[in-house]
Formats: sequence, structure tokens, C-alpha cells
Amino acid sequence: MTYIRPNFRHPELAANELGYVRKDYEGALSTLCAGCGHDSISAAIIQSCFELAIPPHQVAKISGIGCSSKTPTYFLGKSHGFNSVHGRMPSVATGANLANRDLVYIGVSGDGDSASIGLGQFAHVNRRNLNMLYIVENNGCYGLTKGQDSATADIGSASKKGTPNPYEPIDLCTMALQLGATFVGRSFSGDKEQLVPLIKAALSHRGFAFIDVISPCVTFNNNPKSTKGYEYVREHLAATGTVDFVPVRQEITADFAPGFSQEVTLHDGSVIHLHKQQEGIEVNDRDAALEAIRDHKAQGQILTGLLYVEPDDADFHELQGTVNTPLRDLDTMDLCPGSRALEAINSNLR
Amino acid sequence: MKPTNIKDPEYFHKVIDCQYACPAHTPVPEYIRLIAQGRYDDAYMINWESNVFPGILGRTCDRPCEPACRRGRVEEEPVAICRLKRVAADNKEQEAIARRIPAKAAKKNGKRIALVGAGPASLTVARDLAPLGYELHIFDAQKAGGGFMRSQIPSFRLPEEVLDEEVGYIIGMGAVAQYDTYIESLKELLDKNYDAVFVGSGAPRGRDLKNLPGRQEADAQIHIGINWLSSVAFEHTSSIGKRVIVLGGGNTAMDCCRTARRLGGEEVKVLVRSPFADMKASPWEKEDALHEDIPIIDNHVPKEFVVEDGKLVGMRFEKVKAVYDEEGRRSLVPTGEDLAFYPCDTVLIAIGQENAFPWIEKDIGIVFDKWGMPQLDKDTFQSTNPKVFFGGDAAFGPENIITAVAQGHQAAISIDLFCRGEKVTKRPAPGTNLVSQKMGIHEWSYDNHVDDDLRYKVPLAEKKLALSDRKLEVELGFDVSTAYREAMRCLNCDVQTVFTDSRCIECDACVDICPTDCINFIANAEEEELRDSLRVPAQNLTQDLYVSDALKTGRVMVKDENVCLHCGLCAERCPTAAWDMQKFLYEVTKAAPL
Repeated sequence: MTYIRPNFRHPELAANELGYVRKDYEGALSTLCAGCGHDSISAAIIQSCFELAIPPHQVAKISGIGCSSKTPTYFLGKSHGFNSVHGRMPSVATGANLANRDLVYIGVSGDGDSASIGLGQFAHVNRRNLNMLYIVENNGCYGLTKGQDSATADIGSASKKGTPNPYEPIDLCTMALQLGATFVGRSFSGDKEQLVPLIKAALSHRGFAFIDVISPCVTFNNNPKSTKGYEYVREHLAATGTVDFVPVRQEITADFAPGFSQEVTLHDGSVIHLHKQQEGIEVNDRDAALEAIRDHKAQGQILTGLLYVEPDDADFHELQGTVNTPLRDLDTMDLCPGSRALEAINSNLR
Repeated sequence: MKPTNIKDPEYFHKVIDCQYACPAHTPVPEYIRLIAQGRYDDAYMINWESNVFPGILGRTCDRPCEPACRRGRVEEEPVAICRLKRVAADNKEQEAIARRIPAKAAKKNGKRIALVGAGPASLTVARDLAPLGYELHIFDAQKAGGGFMRSQIPSFRLPEEVLDEEVGYIIGMGAVAQYDTYIESLKELLDKNYDAVFVGSGAPRGRDLKNLPGRQEADAQIHIGINWLSSVAFEHTSSIGKRVIVLGGGNTAMDCCRTARRLGGEEVKVLVRSPFADMKASPWEKEDALHEDIPIIDNHVPKEFVVEDGKLVGMRFEKVKAVYDEEGRRSLVPTGEDLAFYPCDTVLIAIGQENAFPWIEKDIGIVFDKWGMPQLDKDTFQSTNPKVFFGGDAAFGPENIITAVAQGHQAAISIDLFCRGEKVTKRPAPGTNLVSQKMGIHEWSYDNHVDDDLRYKVPLAEKKLALSDRKLEVELGFDVSTAYREAMRCLNCDVQTVFTDSRCIECDACVDICPTDCINFIANAEEEELRDSLRVPAQNLTQDLYVSDALKTGRVMVKDENVCLHCGLCAERCPTAAWDMQKFLYEVTKAAPL
């Protein structure tokens, strides 16, 4: 009569390049409802960080409020974390990132946190191309307050309460594309084969990487009339292609059919390899991505996979011309150069 | 792969590694839970029903369950199953047990059975048949019941009281034992109009080294191990020379050397032909011998008994090394060094046992094979004379107590079917029961917490004391609190993960929570391909894959049973109760319900 995860793991599981095992990337046991898609996303983040061999102490997890924003407790238990104010995760992430640019930033938010109360913050973090991974765990409802429709609920979609949603939904991927995100993807919590490489690519991308993950709410929004339930999503899923992520340290060994594949080399030298399922989708063309999302939606399909990536745009630090060193590594003289330096600046402004 | 048929009782039985490995299929996790709850009487009775000698086996069993234990694949060592069994026997209330053991059958069924030998096989047959009203006559040449358990297992491993008590329960059920009675002729026995005869006479002949030079001259100082142990047990022998060599690498050799230490042997050595690791003795028995300052010298083949002035002064050995061919067959190749000389004044030969049936006539319809073993049906234990059944070491050669018990159960079923005029090949199905353990949210009716403790060591009697008293039991057994902690190491493998595919919504919650990555949702394939494509490839081929029917996405659920902790988190995190934890009880059906 216990609800504690045992300490034993599969004895044949190998360690990663740093010598860490996957358990080192786990967090506390989830207290979300059984079957929540968010737990699968947490598992995908754990898997991605483990495979990328990111030192856990080099990661900062930042979230807002909501079921989704609880999840950072359930992964990367040895990383830094900040559970912030509702809808204000981008501000906290921005501040943290400016103070220490060397950490890997994972922001976790939900459709309420990002598309309602935090929509303003969401817009500006896109514009700034802040170097971070921003995941929205999108279930189309406010699970923490018993399942009201959220701003991403599709027209006509009905949650457990049964009333179809009359309002136009916000498509966060479309918004991100329009507002300047340099990496945009969409995925489904029930498809780790797609989600894990996508997260790995997003973590390796320099700049703002946004992934909208449809993540069914088993308790309030997994009924036949909902467009965000497991069954509906599976039946209406389309993908730009399958993504292979090849880290810097690894050589590309697989043979890809020409014409149907596209390669994107990220800023750090790692490579995203997209095996396209449809012709015509170019992942370095914002307009094409917007069009593809719109076309699929018109056909009643949810387009997933990597939608857009621009690896070379300047990120927030570059745009701001900030110092290369994390602030904590600067000595007093650099941080506070004294009255003579202030005098020099002031005289320049006279 | 085809969906797993969980209705086949052997599927879930096999998941309970310990029970499956046990020849008698004792429901191990069931009684371990009872021990943890302090219900020693109940734990004892589950054992008694299944293996007849819980107190004896709790000390002396060969423990095929322990190497099979899942815990040994998850961490370093298996649960101390055998020691826990002893805890049930040590802490039970003897009077309560006596009340629970069936009384003499009120009504006789008019059938008479003779049982030759009063060892574990015969006693098991007697116990299983007594409640049905059979008249049972047990004959044994020794002066008390128990067979080799009495004559060969030294008292420092198995106290006489324990043996007397458990043999007594069976005799108390109405079997008539005639001790000091050696059966000289099976023909005569058959002529006494028994409805059936059970032969449980063991493998009574110890192997000798007749052709080794010096064997005859030194005869007075050379003993056959099992005969010597028996004469110690029955107190015909109470001393031994100061320098003793024991030949052989099995458990009998270990018993011989340790007994020799207690009878005055100061320099006792074991010399064995094979490498140490290949010795037949159980690892813990080797440990016990080493603990008592008995060196085990391996890779030495005996060549000569050295006799001077009519007295044995030592032995010569050829040094060998083990060479394995491509198929893993071993040959012992001489190293070419000079023969090694080891001085001694006594030698105990414990190099194996053989069957011997000088008392079975060749013309009474029992066919023997070229190795002198009776031709038997391997399931029914019936010989070519339909009235005569075999079991224990007498059936298929020397094994161990638990195997003798398992065979006794089957022979008893055969004898009962035969006496009722039914086909002996019509074997009864096992008794099974599968019950959900769900009690509420986060509540199961079994303790699903997986304990981190490492295996507890059993305390031993002080060496000096133990070596000065042949009857002082060396292992002291777990105390109740240690037993509780050890019992908590059990993973409850009988509480099965039962999957109902029609309920699954493929949300992956079970995949994400499973601490040992057992669960997969993937495209179906042939077994070999499937094993390779799991999250952690299923490389332990002795462990099954649990495969569901096709789910809505066309994929299947595949669970590798290998290192499942039976923690129940898959069922805990399942939103639709597609997973449930259900306790599977598997009981070998006996001749009489007890």
C-alpha cells in the first residue's frame, strides 16, 4: 500500500557519455491524474536530456501555473527550477537567461498559461528570440480548475461537460511563426518517436524553440467530441516528416533518399535530418509553414513534426550585445567599474 | 506474435520464478507474505501441504528457487527463501499445527499399499494417501523414519527433533511403519496381496575407488562417505583420525568433512577432481566448510593410497586442469607435474551414489534399463509392472529431498487412480485462482513497496562450540525481526500484471511510470524481432513476453516479464484499469485435498 517509485531500474540500461544513467534525469513521482499526457512529455524530456548527455545541473526549468506548470517537478530533479507566476514564465526565463547564458533553459507552460493569461508574454519572448526551449502542453482545457474550455479549444470541440466551444481557437504555432520564433514544431504526447528527436533538436537550437505538444487531459477532455483526446488526435494526425536528430559528436551514417529529405545544420554543428512524408514542405520557409498548418487544418488534420527552423538568426544576447560571460563569473571590477567609468559614460551623453 | 494466452495456468505460473523452479511448486510468495504478517502457522501449513517437510527443507533444501528468484536479476542476491521457510517452522505453534494436520481417516477404503523405504518420497506418498483411507505399510531397514534425511544429513545441519516431528506428523495420520525391516524380496511383498507397492528406497550405494592402488591394504582406514555418515548418525562411530582426506565435491563430501572436524579430525581436507567452481556442492555448503577451516583443494585426481607398514599414510594425486571444448564439455587434462602427496590417516570417499535393487527379482515384470534403472513413465512413475511405482532417488537416480517429495505427490496420484481402476495417465489439472488486489486509490491488498535492503545473513553458532558438538546446529536461523525485513525483499511475483486490451487508450502512462522499462507499445512482429525492438531489448530468453491483441492503433502491448518488480505502478497510473494487479495462486493438485 504505497505509492513510491521503486529504486531499482533495468540492470541492462546503459549510462550516457557523462556516465549518468536515465534515473539521474528523473524527478519526483507525478501527482497528475493517471493517464495525463503531460507525464509522457516529462518522460520525453527526461529521455532527450539523457540522450543528449546534458549535465542535469546545467539545466534550468521554468514554468508558470497550471497542470503543465507542475510537471517540472516530475523531471530533472537535479536541475534548477523556478515555478513562477501565472503566465509570467517568459519574463522569469528572460531574466535568468540574461544573468546566466550558459544554462539550458526549458520553459514549460500550458494552453491557459500561454494562450490566455500569458499571451502578451508569449508574444514578446518570441520576438526576442530568447535562447530557450518553450514547450506548451496543450490539452484545450483548464484541467486544474475542472476542465473549462481554454483558448486553444477548437470550434465545436466539446469537453466532458458537453457544450461545444463557440470561440475561434488560438493556434500557438501560427503565432510563434508570425512573431519570430526561429524553431517551431508541433507534436503529440502519445508519439515519443516524434517528440524525443524534436525536443533534442530544439534543445540544441540556438534561439527561441517552440514546441506545441497536444497532450490529452484524460479527466476532462478525452471524450469522443473533443478534438484533443487520444483517439481524435491519433486519427487526425499528419506529419511533415520524421525527424532524425544527429548530435555534433556523431557521424551521419544513415542513407537518405534524395528529394524527400532535408538537412538542417544547427548553430552548434548538430544536424536535423527530416525525412519528408509530403513534397512541398520546406522547413526554412515561414510562409510555407503557415500555409501548411492552415491547409491541414482546413482538411481537419493536425500537422505535426518540425514546421520551421532558422538556425542562424541572432538570439537575444547577440541582439543586445551582452557580455559573453555569465554574470556570476564576472569580478567586481567588471560588474561595478566605479565612478570614473560612470563619469566617462555620462560625459558621452552630454 | 500471437496474443499471450493467460488462461493457460502455466503462463502466470512461470512468472513466479521461485515457484516454477521448485520441483514441488510450493507457492513461495504466498507464504513469505504470511511470514511478514507473523502468521507462521499459516505459512507453515502452505509449505506442509506442498512440500511436506517445511522444517527439514528450511534447513537442508537444495533451493532451486533461489537462483531462479527475480530479485537476483534486479540486484545482487535472491531472497533467502529457504531461511524464511525455516522461520515459519521455528515460530509456529506446534499444538495448533498438530490440530490442523488431518487425523486418521475415519473410514478405510479397503486398499492396502506397501511402501519400501521411509524416506521423503515414501512419506509423501503415505501422507497424500492416508486421508483417503488407504492402509499404508512402510518398511525401512533403519531404526527410525526419514531415510537419508536421517542417516546422511548431520545433526548440526538438521536436528533430530525437527526430523522426528515432521516424520511423526505423517505416521500420526495412520501409516504403519515397520523399522529395522529390510525388504529382501519384492516378489514376497507382492505375494502379500498389496493393491500397489511404492518403491522409495533411495540410491543406497556409495561409489568406491576399488581399483586404486592400496585400496585393499588400507581398507580399515578408508570409508564410504554415506555409510560413514550413517554410522555416525546412529552412533556406531564417534571418532576419526587426526588427518582426514575427503574425496569428492558434492554435498555429501561437505557433510563428511564437517562431521570429521567434529569427531576429532584436526587437519581435514577436501580434494576434488573438478575446478572449485564446477563442484556439485551448493555454494553455501562450500562456504560453510571453508568457514570451518577445511581447505578445498581442486583439480586433483586421486591416483594412489600410500600404505607403509600396513598403515595408510597418505594419498597421491595427479594435478589436472579443466579444458572445455566448443560445446562446453569438460575434460580434465593432466598438467604433467609430479604427483602430489598429501599425508593422512583416514580417507572418506564421497564421490557419488548409485542405485541398487538387489532385492527386486528379474522375473516379476519390472524392466530395468542398461544402467540398472527401472523403466518408468516419467509422469506417472509407474513401472512396467502396473502395481509397482517408484519415486525419489530410486526412480531416476540421486536428486534431492524436494524432488523426492514432488515425485511422491505424483506417484500418490497414480496409485490412487490405479487402485480406483482409472487411467493413471489422466492427471488432475492444477488448482488456480486469480484475484484482483485493488482496494482503492493507491491501495492494494499486498504490500507493493519495493524494499532496497540487501540479503540478510543468517547468524551462525560460535565456531569453537559448533566444532566441539556434533549435534549443535550451526545455523541459528533468522530472528523474527530479521525475517520480517528479509520477507520484505520479496517482489510478490505472484501478483500478476493483467492487461485487458479492450480498455487500453494507449496513453503511455504505464510505459512512462514503469521503473524497469518492461512495457512497450509497438508494431507486432515475430518473437525474435520483437525482443530486439523493445525499449530495453529482451535478452533473457528464459523469460516470456506478454503480448496483447492488436490495439486501436494496430500496435500491441508487449511486456518483458524479465525484471518486472510487480510494484503495481502500471496499474496505479492506468486511467482505464486496463492494467490490474491480480494475485495468482497455483497449487499442484494432490491425491487427497488436505
